[in-house]
Amino acid sequence: MEVSNIKQVINIDERLTARINELLSHYPEDKKKSALLPVLHEVQDAHDNWLSVELQDRVAEILGIQPIEVYEVVTFYTMFNQQPIGKYMFEFCRTSCCAVRGAEDLMEYTCTKLGVKEGEVTPDGMFRVVGVECLGACGYAPMMQLGDYYKEHLTKEKIDAIIEDCRAGKVDLHKQAITE
Amino acid sequence: MGQKILLEHANVPGIKTYEVYRQHGGYRSVEKALKSMTPDEVVEEVKTSGLRGRGGAGFPTGMKWSFIDKKSGKPRHLVCNADESEPGTFKDRYLMEYIPHLLIEGMITSSYALGCNLSYIYIRGEYMWVFRILETAIKEAYAAGWLGKNILGTGYDLDLYVHCGAGAYICGEETALIESLEGKRGNPRIKPPFPAVSGLWANPTVVNNVESIAAVPWIVNNTGAEYAKIGIGRSTGTKLISASGHCKNPGVYEIELGLSVDEFMNSDEYLGGMMDDRPLKALVPGGSSVPILPANLIFKTAEGNDRLMTYESLSEGGFATGSMLGSGGFIVYNDTTCIVRNTWNFSRFYHHESCGQCSPCREGTGWLEKVLHRIENGHGREEDIELLWDIQRKIEGNTICPLGDAAAWPVAAAIRHFRDEFEYHVRFPEKIKNKDHFVAEPFEKVKHLVAKQEVI
Amino acid sequence: MKVTIDGQEIHVEPGTTILQAARMIGGESVPPAMCYYSKLKGSGGKCRCCLVEVSKGSDANPTPMPKLVASCVTGVMDGMEVKSITSERVIDARKSVTEFLLINHPLDCPICDQAGECDLQNLSFKHGSANTRFIEEKRTYEPENIGDKIQLHMNRCILCYRCVMVADQLTDGRVHGVLNRGDHSQISTYISEAINNEFSGNMIDVCPVGALTDKTFRFKQRVWFNKPYNAHRDCDKCCGKTTLWMFGNEIQRVTARKDEYHEVEDFICNECRFEHKKVEDWVIEGPRKFEKDSVINQNNYTRKIEKVTLETEKQILLGREQDRKKISMKAVPLKKEEEEIFKEGNI
Repeated sequence: MEVSNIKQVINIDERLTARINELLSHYPEDKKKSALLPVLHEVQDAHDNWLSVELQDRVAEILGIQPIEVYEVVTFYTMFNQQPIGKYMFEFCRTSCCAVRGAEDLMEYTCTKLGVKEGEVTPDGMFRVVGVECLGACGYAPMMQLGDYYKEHLTKEKIDAIIEDCRAGKVDLHKQAITE
Repeated sequence: MGQKILLEHANVPGIKTYEVYRQHGGYRSVEKALKSMTPDEVVEEVKTSGLRGRGGAGFPTGMKWSFIDKKSGKPRHLVCNADESEPGTFKDRYLMEYIPHLLIEGMITSSYALGCNLSYIYIRGEYMWVFRILETAIKEAYAAGWLGKNILGTGYDLDLYVHCGAGAYICGEETALIESLEGKRGNPRIKPPFPAVSGLWANPTVVNNVESIAAVPWIVNNTGAEYAKIGIGRSTGTKLISASGHCKNPGVYEIELGLSVDEFMNSDEYLGGMMDDRPLKALVPGGSSVPILPANLIFKTAEGNDRLMTYESLSEGGFATGSMLGSGGFIVYNDTTCIVRNTWNFSRFYHHESCGQCSPCREGTGWLEKVLHRIENGHGREEDIELLWDIQRKIEGNTICPLGDAAAWPVAAAIRHFRDEFEYHVRFPEKIKNKDHFVAEPFEKVKHLVAKQEVI
Repeated sequence: MKVTIDGQEIHVEPGTTILQAARMIGGESVPPAMCYYSKLKGSGGKCRCCLVEVSKGSDANPTPMPKLVASCVTGVMDGMEVKSITSERVIDARKSVTEFLLINHPLDCPICDQAGECDLQNLSFKHGSANTRFIEEKRTYEPENIGDKIQLHMNRCILCYRCVMVADQLTDGRVHGVLNRGDHSQISTYISEAINNEFSGNMIDVCPVGALTDKTFRFKQRVWFNKPYNAHRDCDKCCGKTTLWMFGNEIQRVTARKDEYHEVEDFICNECRFEHKKVEDWVIEGPRKFEKDSVINQNNYTRKIEKVTLETEKQILLGREQDRKKISMKAVPLKKEEEEIFKEGNI
């Protein structure tokens, strides 16, 4: 298994603890494990969008389960990242409906613009471009996911603008007001 | 103009909020059901309505409800399947994003019918902003007294929460969804036992699609008999169709079942014809896993009947000349599309999404993808077409869950209807090197190269 | 409850699965099982080797089941009729599953310690093809060290989940599991941890293939050159009943006793398995017998062995009659009726 040994600063603060407790309250007292996926999302969001082994072990401890039960889940679901992914990860949908509307070309354009290959992080640690499978925005193709939000009906110009916004620090991955 | 049941108020400003939703008649079905109907009466109404599961399989919802085990005395659960991930399908997202309270209202009424006191909405993790919208809406519903203890003073208690997945198509399969909801890997369970007997935490559970649940309030308000009047035959009511691909106006549409494919495709009210007016080449009418239809079988069936947007008409002719309504993911392809590349694309999807639990799917989906990738990239062999056929045949029906079938069908249908394109790829590798080979030179123009030679 | 499998009728208790009923009947109708293990709760249903056709659901509802069903997880109904080897669909499905299991398998039997007692080998022997249609590159995994007692060869794994169930049901605190998804799924501890638990060695015994083998036995001996003996010792942790795999006076390996379906009779502890390799530690009961077609019988010393007389001159062209039949030498065609008998190949 490829496991990242990059050290991650773990900070499960008061806000995060409160949120975890809220999520735990959604399940019966003896079914804490059920909260695993939502808790992992919250914890990952609060830790630069990736989950080190130590962090996964902490989650196991919080839920009172074996660490392997967390590893099994983290490696199954694609949204959990096991290594640092770069600040802004552009996840292009490239399944059929997006592909026929030019997703592949657009992704290539983005890679070329940022000077990376698919999956690589830019040297400044800012960007990463990956191709993913259907995100459920087929009618608004081509599109990509950035943090918790979708960027749809993409064009080269829109990509340029998004990259600019990211560089200018104008993009909030998780707490953007829901206006789109 | 067809009747709108689900999206009637979708464009009302502020309908996302509780106040506006309530002003437009929201939560009436909860009042009606809890105060004047027994749970069994609600189930009866849904049965009468003929509503069929909108997730893809089309199993009658009322009948599914009647299977839930009430004798054991164990707590029961209703779980809403909002793990919409079938390529081509994005209707549930639209519904939840724009009218979240409709789903919550449906969940309350349906939970009451099933006697559930703890219910969940399982939404795919990528829809994180929709997850937040639903969380907010649920909080509003709690605050307004529609959820919690002793709802409307009737003594009925219900807790409803939204639970997010984390990127796995397989969790749309109901038992995988339940596993995932229990905090495990999304491996589908071996059935029997079915969820209706042993589901979430081994309790009796019903899993329903978002759209099915969202139809329940209207059915309760207007009676099942009224609902059954919409549509044709066993395809009752309205259906959300997600249209994508090379059509002029992609998006989500609510149609009355029974509309003709021709009208849906070509009228300005719906898709408005083809993008850039290029010719239509193929259609996937119900999400990536249903068989693809070639142009000559789209508007008319092999029998010469008009093809309608109903469960029955779309599957007329079986897999030989028909397809399925499935989840309503309507993907339109024009003549620039390479069917081989598209089939490879679908295969890559299923390969990526196979859970890996049972051998035919784990090994077979990867094999399909690899062979298709070779053909698409000019390294195909003549015998690969037979090989593909044989692999898909060996996956189909031999797996734990329907993902195996879903991976096999698109390959089978592509070979069945577009075999000559596969042959073209194998025989003229130089011509297909560029992935956009059909843009400059659509297949129609080169078809003669692989046509069977007639000896005169 | 009455159930008929390939025309053979048997009465069983409610709750019995088709596979269990078939095993009660025995013989050729018993479906192969790569993932099901009667002693592990929740096992089965995954490998799809044991698919059978239900040609009659039950007396109450005689409709046949449209799809083939996994016999290991399907309960019998009264009056059910099942086709196992009498169904072409079933044979075809078994061939398919065998092919799927083999496409990414390294086929490294010549250097695999499991060879000779491998369920996948047996399955391929029966249902496999001599040719492969898979021309792509096979999947491989990075080796992972899971301790000094158990050797993990992930490339050979068929993901039956049995070892995970052993860890779940026999040990406290499972440290390995199935990680990743789809055809990249793998058995792993994620953090390269040693699997050290009093009962962890049973993972080796339940593994149907050579993915988990005994590290203390690694490359020591082909199993058919060992002489297996039943033996026991007083053990405070387990039953202490084992099979010793001897070579001369050396105990090369200790395993639990396995029945004809290669399931252990009783699980044993790691101390019995790994710590007692001296003959004086054990009370030896006698030779252990194996089913008649097991390769382990190659070294069968319980049977009277015929004396071989060398008549080289005379048989230099024909070879011995019995060998000639075994390998179906093409140059010396068999008689018609012999062909019938040996049609299945070199059995």
